[in-house]
Formats: sequence, C-alpha cells, structure tokens
Amino acid sequence: MTTSLLIVQVLNGLQLGVLLFLVAAGLTLVFGVMDFINLAHGVQYMLGAYLAVTFVALTGSFVLGLAMALAAALLIGLALEFLVFRHLYERDHLDQVLATFGLILLLNQGVKIVWGAAPLSVPVPEFLSGSVRLMDGILYPTYRFALIGAGLAVGGLLWFVVEKTRTGMLLRAGASNAPMVSALGVDIRRLFMIVFAFGTMLAGFAGAMAAPILSVEPGMGDTVLILAFVVIVVGGIGSIRGAFVGALIVGLVDTLGRSFMNDLLRLFMSAPSARAAGAALSSMLIYLVMAIVLFVRPEGLLPSKGRT
Amino acid sequence: MSASDSLAETPPLGTPLPKRRQIFAAMLFALLALLPVAVALGLPPHWMTLVTRAMIFAIAALSLDLILGVGGLVSFGHAAFIGIGAYATGIMITEGQAEALLALPVILAACALFGAVTGAVSLRTRGVAFIMITLAFGQMVFFLAQALSAYGGDDGLTLYERSTLLGFDIFGDRTRFFYVVLAALAGCYALVSVIVASRFGRVLRAARENATRVSVTGFDVGRVRLIAYVISGMIAGLSGFFLANQTEFVSPAFMSWQRSGELIFMVVLGGTGSLHGAIVGAIGFLLAEDVLARWTEHWKAIFGPLIVLFVLFTRGGIAGLLGRLGGGRHG
Repeated sequence: MTTSLLIVQVLNGLQLGVLLFLVAAGLTLVFGVMDFINLAHGVQYMLGAYLAVTFVALTGSFVLGLAMALAAALLIGLALEFLVFRHLYERDHLDQVLATFGLILLLNQGVKIVWGAAPLSVPVPEFLSGSVRLMDGILYPTYRFALIGAGLAVGGLLWFVVEKTRTGMLLRAGASNAPMVSALGVDIRRLFMIVFAFGTMLAGFAGAMAAPILSVEPGMGDTVLILAFVVIVVGGIGSIRGAFVGALIVGLVDTLGRSFMNDLLRLFMSAPSARAAGAALSSMLIYLVMAIVLFVRPEGLLPSKGRT
Repeated sequence: MSASDSLAETPPLGTPLPKRRQIFAAMLFALLALLPVAVALGLPPHWMTLVTRAMIFAIAALSLDLILGVGGLVSFGHAAFIGIGAYATGIMITEGQAEALLALPVILAACALFGAVTGAVSLRTRGVAFIMITLAFGQMVFFLAQALSAYGGDDGLTLYERSTLLGFDIFGDRTRFFYVVLAALAGCYALVSVIVASRFGRVLRAARENATRVSVTGFDVGRVRLIAYVISGMIAGLSGFFLANQTEFVSPAFMSWQRSGELIFMVVLGGTGSLHGAIVGAIGFLLAEDVLARWTEHWKAIFGPLIVLFVLFTRGGIAGLLGRLGGGRHG
C-alpha cells in the first residue's frame, strides 16, 4: 500500500515539477538574456489558465481552446512588453520589481473583474479523461500523464532550440554579452522580443495545461511565481538546465514532504504533535532545501556558464 | 544596471545629515503631533486610526530603508518581520501574558534570530538572487503561520486584550495609542539616523557603491550587511507589535508577499535612502489606499497602474520631488 502511494506521489511530484519547469524556464530565460526580473510572469501563467477556461468553453474543444488561449496569452504578453517592459530593460532591478509588482496588482484584480472571484475549472478533455493502470490497484489519470509528457516534450524542444538553432545561438550569446551581440549587427530589440514572447508562451502554456487539474482563481500565479523563484535559485539563475533540475527537486520534495512528513515524524513523536509539526515542516521544506543549497553553493546547482 | 543607479542621489560619504533634512523631519513629527488636536477640533476620528496605522507602517518602511535605501539590498521579504512581531505579541497575549516589557524582548530576539539565520543565507548572494531568496523566506514564514493551527492557522488569531506596560493600559484609548506610536516612530527615526551617520552606516553606504573597494579597505562587508539586516528586522518586528495591538487581530496576511512589495513601494515612493522619505511614503501610501478603497472595491486595479506609472515617470520619489521644488540637490 505504501509503495503504491509512493509511486502515485512521485508521479504527482513529477507533474508539479514539470509545471514549475515551464514557468521557471521562461522566467530564467528572460532574466538570463535581458537581465530583467519579471514578477508579472506569474500572472501570465494565470492568464493562460483563464483564457483556456474561456476558449475551451467557447470552442467546445480542448485542443482548439488551448491553441487560441496560447495565441491570446501571447498577444497580451506582447502588448505588456510594448507598453511597460520595454521601458524597464535599462532600469535597475528595483524599478523592474516595482513596476511588475504594480502589474500583478492590476491583473489579479482585472481577472476578478472580468471572470469573477470564484474559482473556475476546465473539463478534462474527452480523449485524455480515463486512467492508466500502473499495477494492481493503482490507477493514475491519463491527463496527468499527458501533462508530464507535454512538459517534457516542451523541455526537449526548448533544449533543441537553445542548443541547436541559430536563434538559440543568439540567445546564448545575448545571455553572456548582449551589448556585444548588438554591436555585431543583431537587432537586439527583436531578439529581446522573441525571448519575451517565448517566455510568455511557456507560462501561458503551463497555465492552460494546469487549468483542468487545478482550480483557476485570482492569485494562482503568485504561488507559482514564488515556487519558480525557488526553482531558479536552486538551479542557478539564467540556466535552463538548472531550471529543469531545480523544478524536479522542488516538485518532488514538496509533494513527497506533504504526503510523508506526518508518517515520518510519527516515528519520533505522538500523533497529534506529529500532525502539527508535519504540517508546519512540510510547508517549509522546499525553503529549507533552498537554504541548504545556497549555503553550499550560492550560485545554485547548475549555474549558467556565461554569467558571473 | 546595478542597484546603485537610482540610489546614487545620497550625499557624499562623511557628511553629517543635512540641516534641511533635520528641519523637514522635525516639521513632519510636529505636524503629526498636532493631528489629535485637529481631531478634537472636528476632523473625523477615523483619521486618528488611519494615521496611527500609517505611522506603524512608517516604522516598518523606515527599517526597510536602512537596508534597501542605505545598504542597497532589495529585500522582498520584509513583511515576515512584521508578522513575527505581530504573532509573538498575539501568542503571548493569548497565553495570558500582555506585559509589553516581556513581549518586546521576545519579539526583538525572535526577529534578530530569524534575521541572522535568513540573512546569513541570503546575503551570500547578490542582486536578483537576493530579491528572490528574501521573497522565498518571507513566504516560508507565511506558510508556517498558516500551519499554526493552535493559533488560528489560516483564519488568524483574534486578540481579546491589548498589551500593557507595567500593568498600565498604554493602548487604552485612541489618542494615547497615537502618541505612543508617534513616540516610537520618532525614536526609531532618531536611532536609524544615528546608525546611518555613524562609521558603521558609512561603511554600509560605501558598500552599496562599491563593495569590493570597501572590503579591500579592510571592512568585513558581509558582517556589516548582516548586522544592518538584523537591526532592520528588529525594528520591523516592533511595528508588528503595534500592528497586532491596533487591529487586535493577527493573521498570515500580515506577512503576505504583497505586503513586502507594498513596503518597497512605500520606501521608493518617498525616496530611497533619505529615511524621512520612507515615513512620507508610508503615510502617502496608506492615505491613497484608504481613499481608493472607499471609492471602489477594485482599488488595486487603479493602484497597480499608478505604481507602474510612478516607476516609469518619476525618479527619486516624493522626497526627490520636494528636494527639486526646494531647489538645489536632493538630499
């Protein structure tokens, strides 16, 4: 029984890790190339989920709705880039933090005005609605497998683009020395916009994919944003590989901590105090992991090579 | 692109606090001290509560200015200290201990301990990583408070009495509360001013401009920053003590990450590194919040864009604006 629970929880942890990776990859990419810290990345994830709610309901098809939600998320992201972010690239981090914080307040409230404060949901698509039988007595929802698969596929695609294509080469060059890339005749503004669009799409995709299994509500992006920060700090700022490793660590530690901390503590203490301490400890666990990683390696586990 | 770009407007090292700034601060406190008189003369009593609350946040903003403005360390987890102060107060009162002389040492010790541990870890990093890590630690305390089911958990903790000083009811009526907080604010302002003007403060400021040069000169930059971080956290804890007593309620929302963001905005709104700017910023922020919140429940949808516009189009905050209006270099 415990083994089956362990398998299910490991899968849940992987699934959280994959979602976090999609969000953190965009965040770390934008930061790595543009030296821009975008707190509004979390609300872009939230927008992805809300747009999926609307478009899936409108079209009646998950795939079509997902595609339209992605396109709409991209448009909103580009509009924000044009109106606000573009003017912040040259500013210091404090200004970037504040302005994007202002956007969070606006968009969280805006979502409440447009869609209401009550949590919404997206139905799981028909063709992914069943469960997969892993072993005797262990069923795991197909959609969650699809989510893990889609996340890994996007991760692979990202790796391919960054490592094997010309755009990816420019990205890497921009991450280590943007002024030099610009001096060599590359339109750096265009490059920035591509990076930004990419990041927005990833966050929107994560939000839309999470919509059928999480409740879609205002502020859902904030939690993910802060977890993504933990992921990035653990993995090493600006590094996509680091984001991948960090996301899996955070996803697994958080999920497994929440489900097994209780039982673990019960070995040492009485049931009620184990329950109280377990709840407190498991919610702090990833931050403790982060603190330990930082203490040992202040640059994170896999820091990107170009940065100092 | 370093954090010092917008922070470079402080006076050169070694100069004492300018006279003009001292006069401004004195006027500000005198003006605040007159508020109860204005209320007695017919200003709605609501103002007393509002300004008391604003001064409580001014204490927190002032403490943040010490590390953010003077030290150049953008901490995004400062609300955690307010929360620790508020929870320590709330838990002690719930357990039957309302004496402030016992609560305050506990609060200061708890904040110092939390500041020392998280500061030691987060100060190993620079810039953006520091922002993210302080945010994460702040969130850690938030979730810890949510998990404290013995003390209200997510719903928060209602307090049925307020702290007393040697059995004397210092928070008994509104006017008394107002002056206690005003005195605390003035005391904190004096303390932080002295710290900033001291040799320690000058090293902290110099490290913001060029940490390498300062450490080569023989100062332990990490230690100076850590001490400033701990002091700042302890002062913020004090504001948590007042906040718990004013609202007679403590909840995890006191240390939500939005609150930390708001504190940063208060400091930047008033002008970073000027100390009195943090006070002006906090009061301005709470008044604006109050006006907008009365007008519409969606006030955040207005406040958010205001923050964005403020960042895009102003430099140096209200203090900078006043300085420019007053002529001469902003200080």
